[in-house]
Amino acid sequence: MKTGAKILIEALQREGVDTIFGYPGGVVLPIYDELYDSSIRHILVRHEQAAAHAADGFARASGRVGVCLATSGPGACNLVTGIATAYMDSIPIVAVTGQVPTSLLGNDAFQESDITGITLPITKYNYLVKAASDLRRVVHEAFYIAGTGRPGPVLIDLPKDVSTDQVQDTTSISETVSLRGYQPTYHGHIRQIDRALDLIAGAERPLIYAGGGVIHSNASAELVAFAERIMVPVTTTLMGLGAIPGDHPLNLGMLGMHGTQYANYAVTECDLLLAIGVRFDDRVTGKVATFAPNAKIVHIDIDPAEIGKNKKVDVPIVGDVKAVLHVMNDRLKKTGRWEPWLGRIRAWKEKYPLRYQDDGRLRPQHIIRELSALLKGEGIIVSEVGQNQMWTALHYTFKKPRSWITSGGLGTMGYGFPAAIGVHFARPSEPVIDIAGDGSFQMNIQELGTVAQYRIPVKAMILNNMYLGMVRQWQELFYDRRYSYTELPPVDFVKIANAYGIDGIRVDSRDDVASALKAALDTDGPFVLDFRIEREENVFPMVPAGAALNEMIGVRQP
Amino acid sequence: MKAHTLSVLVENRAGVLSRVAGMFSRRGFNIESLAVGTCEEPNMSRITIVVLGDDAQIEQVMKQLNKLIDVIKVSDLTYRESVERELAMIKVTAEPGTSRAEVMQIADIFRAQIIDVGSKSVVLQVAGDTKKIDALENLLRQYGIKELVRTGKIAILRGAKTVKSSK
Ligand SMILES: Cc1ncc(C[n+]2csc(CCOP(=O)(O)OP(=O)(O)O)c2C)c(N)n1
Repeated sequence: MKTGAKILIEALQREGVDTIFGYPGGVVLPIYDELYDSSIRHILVRHEQAAAHAADGFARASGRVGVCLATSGPGACNLVTGIATAYMDSIPIVAVTGQVPTSLLGNDAFQESDITGITLPITKYNYLVKAASDLRRVVHEAFYIAGTGRPGPVLIDLPKDVSTDQVQDTTSISETVSLRGYQPTYHGHIRQIDRALDLIAGAERPLIYAGGGVIHSNASAELVAFAERIMVPVTTTLMGLGAIPGDHPLNLGMLGMHGTQYANYAVTECDLLLAIGVRFDDRVTGKVATFAPNAKIVHIDIDPAEIGKNKKVDVPIVGDVKAVLHVMNDRLKKTGRWEPWLGRIRAWKEKYPLRYQDDGRLRPQHIIRELSALLKGEGIIVSEVGQNQMWTALHYTFKKPRSWITSGGLGTMGYGFPAAIGVHFARPSEPVIDIAGDGSFQMNIQELGTVAQYRIPVKAMILNNMYLGMVRQWQELFYDRRYSYTELPPVDFVKIANAYGIDGIRVDSRDDVASALKAALDTDGPFVLDFRIEREENVFPMVPAGAALNEMIGVRQP
Repeated sequence: MKAHTLSVLVENRAGVLSRVAGMFSRRGFNIESLAVGTCEEPNMSRITIVVLGDDAQIEQVMKQLNKLIDVIKVSDLTYRESVERELAMIKVTAEPGTSRAEVMQIADIFRAQIIDVGSKSVVLQVAGDTKKIDALENLLRQYGIKELVRTGKIAILRGAKTVKSSK
């Protein structure tokens, strides 16, 4: 006989889980008691939101399923933002929540909340487990659902009595999960693949638009091989950064609202758009009617529901990006010739490079470029949300997939620092840097406690403008500089770090950037860098909301 | 915009109806009617949904339904040979000696049954397609409809074809 809690822990171990992020409470006491002498390492965060983000960061950095654990009611509700963040970016996490005993369910019992109801629209699937004998199967299914097909979060809600019940753990479960309502398509339809190849052969101005799906499917090598063989330039979404090395000659960087000028021109002018592991998000397309207006579109994605959702496509290919690209590389015979097109793109790159003012003042773009030069593509960059995120996306040169961890779809401030904790446990030997804004950092600043307790060597690099910078930028540009509630009073982040026993440096001058970065990277433990940057620096290029991609502001006009 | 009739085979599990209904409201699709019940397969239920939309929207609806883990199969019966039925119960004012005879005559023409008789009213039960029930309702309105209950539409393919789990 075993308790439900024991069955849970054993099931997690069977899934290969070695680290979970959590926070205890009444109804999860039986689970914590099992954890006490289990081989699973539990990282105690300071807020459940951080547990969800850490599990998410762990998953993004490793490609494995991340796990978080919280108590019922307030604990479970605190996970919600983290679960929604993972859902929007298709990140595989399993969230385990405690629940009031089954006998009290529905009674508004102490710390009861209907977390399966609350998370219905932000999970790929969720379970309210009513019998301990179901637990093994549920955990196995949950990991399978989270990690296969289009990945996503799965929640398991465990009433306290299910954790304490003693049952015979004899239910044998088969290794392979079979769910009649869930059978992802991995292999692309050959006829559609050949149609796509025909379109490539006949194109004059082809462009690859690659996204997070390439990263999830571990298909970077296939993508780069494909692009090189057909000699087609690649623009990536925010989620796709790192899918092709940033310094690759075919790389055009990011497209969309804060895309590079040449990427946005290329997508507007192309006559064939090869959309790979992307979802035509509005931050990418701008006004959707004028997105790639002259192009035939091939869309490769594992989720059939993404195809045709926002934009009509000519050739749909449902399948795993890696598998599909592999077949495409195999079947590719002839490719077109587009020297004039490549020439035009080269000319755009020369004429409209990414610019920023480098006048000796402390500007964020310089700091990011300096970090990029120091790390040379090694290490993992995590970001918060806002200007800090966009400056990093534009000015950091990502060389590898899974080296850029950011909340794209939900745009969750406060994501980065706790996510960086998870990233560290996924890849403990690599440097992990959270590039933050002062606003975002203060949304989960309590995680300094976690980082201090476990001596987690993540470096927080705060681009401190004493504003909610991105919102201030919109107010400057579109609301007549009326800075309504976006100014933040100065905070001495180094003192706060010190209070937790963490070292830090405040940097006020451009001359000190390199040495400060080196000091942080050379420190074994955590570190906080407080860069007092130019307060009203903006992110450019920028496509105003609802405009076409080629209508950028803050750039040299053609 | 056109009304489509979708037959959806789902796992018979707690919460499946809220998953389906929640998807419709979240994504802004309009449900005209919904009927759910057990079916020939144990552990499965069949939901018949009438939804309004153009072809692209209906394609999205079907894809989003298919994406739900508990949904086993989705079929659009709109352009296929099928029979569709709704059931309605209508409590209508029908006083003896005045309108009752007329009401009963109308019921007869529509093959509706009188399933309850009160001193001032009768309850009619009618099955048929949406149009037929609408027509009956319109005709009865002049006598005074006190209460009307309608099920959602259910539909089935004609002939030997079935909407079954292909998996
Ligand atoms: C949780 C959350 N609340 C509000 C927002 C809206 N928002 C987007 S960017 C931003 C400002 C971010 O400020 P800061 O973290 O200081 O970064 P900066 O833009 O200055 O680099 C805000 C408030 C958000 N994305 N997330």
